[in-house]
Amino acid sequence: MSDPEGPIQSDRSADAVVTTATWVRRGAVAAISIPALILTAAFVGYAGLARESGLSLTETLMMVAFIWALPSTVLLTGAISSGMGLLPAAIAVALASVRLMPMTMSLMPVIKEPGKTRTWQLLLVSHFVAVTAWVHAMKHLPELPRPARLPFFLGFGIALTSFVFCMTGIAYFLVERLPDFVAGTLVLLTPVYFLCSLWGAARLSADRVSLIAGLVCGPIFFVLTPGLDLLWAGLVGGSIAYAVTRVARRGLA
Amino acid sequence: MEELARESWWWPYVMILLAGWVATDIWRWLGVFAGGRLREDGELLVWVRCVATALVAGLISKLILFPQGVLAETPMWLRLAAALFGFAVFLTVKQRVIIGVLAAEIFLITGWILIDGGAGTFS
Repeated sequence: MSDPEGPIQSDRSADAVVTTATWVRRGAVAAISIPALILTAAFVGYAGLARESGLSLTETLMMVAFIWALPSTVLLTGAISSGMGLLPAAIAVALASVRLMPMTMSLMPVIKEPGKTRTWQLLLVSHFVAVTAWVHAMKHLPELPRPARLPFFLGFGIALTSFVFCMTGIAYFLVERLPDFVAGTLVLLTPVYFLCSLWGAARLSADRVSLIAGLVCGPIFFVLTPGLDLLWAGLVGGSIAYAVTRVARRGLA
Repeated sequence: MEELARESWWWPYVMILLAGWVATDIWRWLGVFAGGRLREDGELLVWVRCVATALVAGLISKLILFPQGVLAETPMWLRLAAALFGFAVFLTVKQRVIIGVLAAEIFLITGWILIDGGAGTFS
C-alpha cells in the first residue's frame, strides 16, 4: 500500500476499501471458534430459562441483541418475571455490568488509530465488548496492523452475536423445558469458561494476580456490600493486584 | 403510573430497552470516552486492566457460589470443587479451554448423580 510506484490515487482508496472488508471478513471467520460454541451452549441454557420465566421469543431475542452480556441478561429476566420496578431493575443491571467500562477502556488504546478512528465507530463496536470478544481482542488484536483492528473486531462481534442470536432463537423453539439437570450444568458453563479464558488471555502477571484477587474479593464483598459487591471486588481486588505487581516490577519507587 | 404501565403489552420492551440496553451499554459508552486518553504503554492502563479482570473474576466466583435457578439446589462445595477441578485440568492440558470446561461439567454431573442417587435427577 505504501509502494511509491503503486496505482493512482483512486485505485489506492479502492484497495483500502477492499482491505477493510477483508479484515471484517477475517474477524467474522475468527469468531467461528470453540469459545463461540461454549458461549452458544450457555445461551441455549438461557433460552430455556427465558421460556420458563414467561418471556416471549421477541423479548428473549431482544435481550440477547440489546444487552449482549449473559449475566445481565439473566438478571433482567429474573427482574421482569418477578415484576420488579423499572428503576430497581435498571440499578441492579447497571451494577452487574460495571465491568464493561474498564473492559472497554482497556480495549480503546489497542483498537483505535489515533487521529483517524471516529468516536461513533468506537461507540458502535463497543456494543460487542463482552468477555468472549474482549478476551480474543486483547490477545490477538495487538498482532494485527493498526488499520485492521477495528474492522476485524467489528466482523468478530457481528458474526458472534448473530450466530448466538440465531441459536438462542432456535433453542427457544425446540426446547420447551430443559430438564433441571441440563439447565443446571449449562449455568455452570459461564463461570468456568470465563475463568479459563481469562487465565489463558493473561499477558501480564498483573492480569493473573487480579484474577485471583477478584475471585477472593467477590464473595467477601457479596457479604459486606450486597448489591455493590462486584464494583468493590473490582476496585479493591484490582487495585491490590496492581499495587502488588507494581512493587514486584519496580520496587517501592 | 408505573403500576398501570406494567399491565400493558409494551412494558417488557420498556424494561428491556431502559433497564437492559441503556443500563449495560452506558458502561461501554463511558468506557469509550474514558479510554480515549489512555496510552497503550501507560501505567493507568495496567490498573484499568487489573480492575476489569478483577470485576469479571468477582462475577465468576459469584456465579459459582451463588448461582441462579436450579444450579442453586446443588451443594456449594460441589460447584466449587467442579470449577476447581475444571481449572486444574485446564492448566494441565496446555490451557485448552474446552477441556477445562468439559472436565468441570463431568465433575458436576457425576457429583450431582451420586448425591441425588439418580432419583429425580432427570425429571
